[in-house]
Amino acid sequence: MPAESTFKRFVEVGRIVLLKSGPSAGKTAVIVDIIDHNRALIDNPAAGVPRQSYPYRHLTLTPLTSKKLPRGAGSGTVKKVLEAEGIAEKWAATSWAKRRAALERRRALNDFERFGAMLEKRKRRDGVRKSVKAAKKA
Amino acid sequence: MAKELVPGVGRLSRSAAYSKRQLYKGRKTGAPKAAEDVPAFKEVEVKGDKNGSTRRVPTAKAARFYPAEDVRKPKVSRKTAKPTKLRSAITPGTVLILLAGRFRGKRVVFLKQLDSGLLLVTGPYKVNGVPLRRVNQAYVIATSTKVDIPELSLSDKINDAFFAKENKGSRASAEEEFFANGKPVAKEPLPEAKTSEQKAVDAAVLAGVKKAANLEKYLKASWGLSKGQFPHQLVF
Repeated sequence: MPAESTFKRFVEVGRIVLLKSGPSAGKTAVIVDIIDHNRALIDNPAAGVPRQSYPYRHLTLTPLTSKKLPRGAGSGTVKKVLEAEGIAEKWAATSWAKRRAALERRRALNDFERFGAMLEKRKRRDGVRKSVKAAKKA
Repeated sequence: MAKELVPGVGRLSRSAAYSKRQLYKGRKTGAPKAAEDVPAFKEVEVKGDKNGSTRRVPTAKAARFYPAEDVRKPKVSRKTAKPTKLRSAITPGTVLILLAGRFRGKRVVFLKQLDSGLLLVTGPYKVNGVPLRRVNQAYVIATSTKVDIPELSLSDKINDAFFAKENKGSRASAEEEFFANGKPVAKEPLPEAKTSEQKAVDAAVLAGVKKAANLEKYLKASWGLSKGQFPHQLVF
């Protein structure tokens, strides 16, 4: 890895990736081994992602990595290492994951709940407008 | 000209027969003439000793032509329409979104399915102006929101006949229908029987609506799609 590279995320053992398609789409996993320039072996038993080969086209690299994961580790080791490093919590704490969760929540709202959200937004807008007006007067 | 092209198929179409028979002149009124009572047989005297003195002869001569070919009768269809299946998402109290008709875009409360298969809904009238009304379930989005209406008891009077239009007969002219003495005719108010049913039903529904926060506002607001929203991608 040349030091002067401007790239920040690399395909490497221990890299946490977000899966973009397939049955596990939306879940994160870790690269356990690199198969070739098209595929990597990924795994995340804690999140229910089975150990499998995955094309890079169908995953996104995240800024997170597991530093201690040895290359070609088995599922049991992967689970232990990821848990020890608190990767799942670190991922959940990122604004990326939060934004994804919020979007998912919003998509799952039913018509009545959407209406309720609209009322809340209206209330917030109204509060902002009023306080801005009061601040202008002062 | 033969009346039938082949047995069972007439030469003239329904409308051609209509004009041929001059039915456009209107139906004949007045009682038809009573058919005279003609006996089927009459006694005729016959001459000759060996012939007996009289013989029974039919008054109307039998036709010399007898159709040798049997006329096929059309088959009677034994098919009957099945009762409409109510969509599983629609239960009493379900909030529906109307998609067609005068009240399209309104959110209404489902009450029950009528015998005709149509859905009985109400706005309630006081909330969004939708009266007791029948709608086809095909033109409705069922939401997962339910109004809790355990105390609702619909009277038997609210059936399909309740919604039938009264036949007032035809008027001489459209002018007469809308104007009297050069002034517009005052609109007849809805009969008391209907408004009282509406009030009775809405009282129970409104009580249920008031139980949940924002539900009244929700029913009052109309539904629509904004840019980038597609109904098949939304959760209702």
